[in-house]
Amino acid sequence: MIQALAAQGTQMFLVLLLAPLLTGYVRRLKARLQRRRGPSVLQPYRDLLRLLRKEVVLPETSSWLFRAAPYAIFSTTWVAAALVPTFATELLFSWSGDLIAIIALLGTARFMQALAALDVGTSFGGIGSSREVMIASLAEPALTMLVFTIALIAGTTQLSEMAAALLSPTLGLRVSLALALIGFVIVAIAENARIPVDNPATHLELTMVHEAMVLEYSGRYLALIEFAAALKLLMYASLIACIFCPWGIATAGSGLAKYGIGMAAWAVKILAAGTALAVFETVIAKMRVFRVPDFLGIALMLGLLGTLLLFVSRSL
Amino acid sequence: MHGLAFDIAHMLAGALVLLSLMMLYQDRLYALINVLALHALVLAMSVAWQAWVHDAPHLYITAGIALVFKAIVIPMALRRMVFQLRIHREIERVVGSGLTMLAAIALVALSLEVMLPVTEGVDPVSREDIALALSVVLIGLLMMVTRHNAVSQVAGFMSLENGIVLAATGAQGMPLVVEISVAFSVLIAFIVIGIFLFRIRERFDTVDVEALDKFRGERR
Amino acid sequence: MTALVVVACIAALLLLALAAALGARASRATPLVYGSTAVICLVAFSAALLGDDGALMLPVGLPWLGAHVRVDRLAAVFLALIDLGGAGASLYAIGYGRHEHAPHRVLPFFPAFIAGMNLVVIADDAYTFLFAWELMSLASWALVMADHRSPDSRRAGIVYLIMATFSALTLLLALGLLAATHGSYAFADMRAGELPPWRAGLVLTLALIGAGSKAGLMPLHAWLPLAHPAAPSHVSALMSGVMTKVAIYAFIRIVFDLLGPANSTWWWAVPVLTTGGTAAVLGVLHALMEHDLKRLLAYSTIENVGIVFIGLGLALAFRANAMPGAAALALTAALFHAFNHMLFKSVLFFGAGSVLVATGERNIERLGGLIRVMPVSAGCVLTACMAASALPPLNGFASEWLTFQTILVSPALPQWGLRLLVPTVGTLLALAAALAAACFVRAYGIAWLGRPRSACVDGAHEADRFSLAAMAGFAALCVLAGLFPGVVIDALSPAVQMVVGGRLQPQLGLPWLSIVPIADRSSSYNALAIFVFVFCATGMGWAALHRLGSKAVRSARLWDCGYPDLGPVTEYTAASYSQPIRRVFGPLVFRSSESVVMPPPGDMSPARISKRMHDLAWEALYQPVCDAVLALAVFFDRFQFLTIRRYLSFVFLALVGLLLALTLWQ
Repeated sequence: MIQALAAQGTQMFLVLLLAPLLTGYVRRLKARLQRRRGPSVLQPYRDLLRLLRKEVVLPETSSWLFRAAPYAIFSTTWVAAALVPTFATELLFSWSGDLIAIIALLGTARFMQALAALDVGTSFGGIGSSREVMIASLAEPALTMLVFTIALIAGTTQLSEMAAALLSPTLGLRVSLALALIGFVIVAIAENARIPVDNPATHLELTMVHEAMVLEYSGRYLALIEFAAALKLLMYASLIACIFCPWGIATAGSGLAKYGIGMAAWAVKILAAGTALAVFETVIAKMRVFRVPDFLGIALMLGLLGTLLLFVSRSL
Repeated sequence: MHGLAFDIAHMLAGALVLLSLMMLYQDRLYALINVLALHALVLAMSVAWQAWVHDAPHLYITAGIALVFKAIVIPMALRRMVFQLRIHREIERVVGSGLTMLAAIALVALSLEVMLPVTEGVDPVSREDIALALSVVLIGLLMMVTRHNAVSQVAGFMSLENGIVLAATGAQGMPLVVEISVAFSVLIAFIVIGIFLFRIRERFDTVDVEALDKFRGERR
Repeated sequence: MTALVVVACIAALLLLALAAALGARASRATPLVYGSTAVICLVAFSAALLGDDGALMLPVGLPWLGAHVRVDRLAAVFLALIDLGGAGASLYAIGYGRHEHAPHRVLPFFPAFIAGMNLVVIADDAYTFLFAWELMSLASWALVMADHRSPDSRRAGIVYLIMATFSALTLLLALGLLAATHGSYAFADMRAGELPPWRAGLVLTLALIGAGSKAGLMPLHAWLPLAHPAAPSHVSALMSGVMTKVAIYAFIRIVFDLLGPANSTWWWAVPVLTTGGTAAVLGVLHALMEHDLKRLLAYSTIENVGIVFIGLGLALAFRANAMPGAAALALTAALFHAFNHMLFKSVLFFGAGSVLVATGERNIERLGGLIRVMPVSAGCVLTACMAASALPPLNGFASEWLTFQTILVSPALPQWGLRLLVPTVGTLLALAAALAAACFVRAYGIAWLGRPRSACVDGAHEADRFSLAAMAGFAALCVLAGLFPGVVIDALSPAVQMVVGGRLQPQLGLPWLSIVPIADRSSSYNALAIFVFVFCATGMGWAALHRLGSKAVRSARLWDCGYPDLGPVTEYTAASYSQPIRRVFGPLVFRSSESVVMPPPGDMSPARISKRMHDLAWEALYQPVCDAVLALAVFFDRFQFLTIRRYLSFVFLALVGLLLALTLWQ
């Protein structure tokens, strides 16, 4: 009980602390891959602090929703990130939401973000918001199918149980799991507004999705939203690590040493995920908006195929 | 039978279906040919694995034929042909790739639904191979139906043939003579199609088979 | 006891309707009628909630049959739903009704409508059931025709009347087939009957068509987006939120209860699941393309009915395979979602009504910025929108989460067809949920947020206090049902136990008020904990920002990437908002096409974009029937202008023909 509470508390603040670091790492690595020097990995922290100290410029046409939305986006994303097991499966509050609930919680954040983009009544806000909901409406069915596949293998949608089930040696080789991994990565890329779906560094008006939605934000509100975006990236990386490579994660009732190992393993996994993301973003070009349905369709197809193959291997 | 042997067979067969699906949405011919080569490679591995599991050495020959002919010779020939036909820069517009994919998934479901109940009592590896082989055959047919470009149709035909080979190995292999003759007939079919392609190209300046429809007066 | 109270309430409502018909033009009639309706509904609601099972036999109706009424657990659940919805709508109408142009066209039919719905639920024989069904349909038809001067209402009225007749006809046939075994119209006798499989299948099909067309299942939905918006807003809320649930009740009663588990086979789930999944996705896609606020909500009703039918189909599949636990989960999810939909759809229609009163406008392209003039309504409607988009921690998510959990159990089904179908339907459900979120971001963002798009918003004002009370009450219930789903699940479980013979474990006894549908290991959800966490996280974020950050706030003009502001005309419109989704799904679902006309360089005329969309259900299913009827009418029209001699000759020929037939027969 005490241990679980400690693990939960540690994780909650650990994700908060480390989220900008992952973003900084990916940016730095991308810069190096493009033979630029690039900013320091600590730059996101500096950016957040600077934004925090700046005054807020509120558009005249904004309403209370515009001011409330950043808090809602930040807190829902943080709670979702805190519920994904990172270094230990034994979290005190892991029962309060399963994988479906965590994904839906991110949906709440996106809902508020899309509304806030419409609140000021600009055309760019509208463009970003309408593209965002289009992408989300394609990503969500794919994600559901993938969750279904994984839940079928693990027999649960509870993340801590899932990690434990996928750690067990009886699992064997599963092609469905590999398919689900590819699909999950595709969905994660789309959800986090990364290349090739969206470009986090662009400010070219007509290609923006996420950036167009936050165009009118400034000061501490922008800091909250940027922080939430970093948290979301870390959350998806931890989620993929927790489901598809749970090795090293501390399970229930393990000693302090195991927790240390879990923490180190998590750091390695996240670094690997960040590296993979940076390399992938460097070698691939951004797609046109209307190619995105095809891209996400692949994830849906992988989910369906994974389920089918699983049925086959189960029924024999 | 359950355990690692089954898992690997399952993975290879699943990969074969996945590659078949991947072929459906390739819009560049070289990419398509690469996937086709990969398809044959996975087939060869799958057959070799069957040979190992069932201790049936004659299946190694099948695997060898698949590897040499389908994974190396035919893709190389196809690439050459595409280059000579000067269509290697052409991008084929794949119409409704999303729908085609969904149809393909439905076909996989259908073949499982059909094959699994009728093969009750057969050993699981073969049973699964047969079920997935049928879906590979059906997807190959689907590809031949939905594509306009004759080269893509050839690729569809080749993947269909791979499905048949998978099914045959699932049924503990055909006699070797049949096996070799099938392989050669495919090769001959390939050559015939190749010549045919050049002829179409000479006459109509394109390898889009819709041109043939026009010529026959079926489409106005 | 409950049965007696409910019958008394129905009688009171009918008397009220009569009184309203006589005194509708009196000055205080509106608050009096709606106030008394609210009170009666609350009495019936508490009776259903607290009461017991019981049957009554009333000495009215057919002389040899009488009228059987019975309140069992299933009926009690739906009574509670109807009367809660009715009470809310009445409360809202106390304020809203004052803006009615012709109160005498609404007042008498409103209590009668609620009475009819109550009577359907407690009816225990086919005759009473169909009588009540017709009472409900006719009263609601009269309410749809309240604004009979507008051609839209007239068209809605006629389509609704035809479809209502059609649905009553199919239900009549279904009940007739059930009654044929014992020759008795009492439900108790029908339950005992054993039917040959083909007849049971036919009953299922007829019930699906009859109840489905009343509930708005695609493709029998054509009347719904016409009729629901045409009625006054509180009636729209009742029709969308409550009457569709009565149709769902009819389906459950006939297929689950009267047909009984002995008659059911697994393939029954297939049509229910496929129509449910299709309705869910197509309904919300239509809603996304809609510009009329109330029609948009009506299409979203179709989506939610589809979700409920997905749950019912799953329950059928599990029940046929003797898996009562899973069937109970599916049915709980369906009933819970029906209840949730009543709550949030009522708020949404109330909100639409308030917008209509404040601005006189239903087209969202002409609204905007209402959040500043109607802040309280805006908050309530936002809550309802989030509930409708299935976002945690609100109630809509709780029920959809339960449905997903049911889908995750489906691999245990023995039939291959179902095993493959159910995940596909699950994908459709997820697609519908995601599109619903898109739809409500669009509806709320365009109508309530942004800058006013036309002058009609200028004079807008907050709704009156009765309307606000109704909206706030239901919005609060949305939040409560979302935070404490265990309470609702436990309240539903006796009905579920009665229908499928299994139930979920009692949820209220579980630690921390979590809900655990199957087992601890497989999944659990605790909205309260999540809400508290989000609340605390918000508090911490806020505190940290205000301690560490700058507090300076400056109001300034829009930045908009540095473009000079051209005013509200450059705002994103509803049509452009849904354009990406239309481009992805449109060619398939609407056979939509876009064309752009660009003037040549140097020409100053504006560029034009035009879109064409088709309502495929209407064109494929309804138009041919309309054409056939018209052709027949034209054909028979010729017989109207004949000479007397010709008419006589027809009579003569008919007579001779009949005589000939008679001789040949013998």
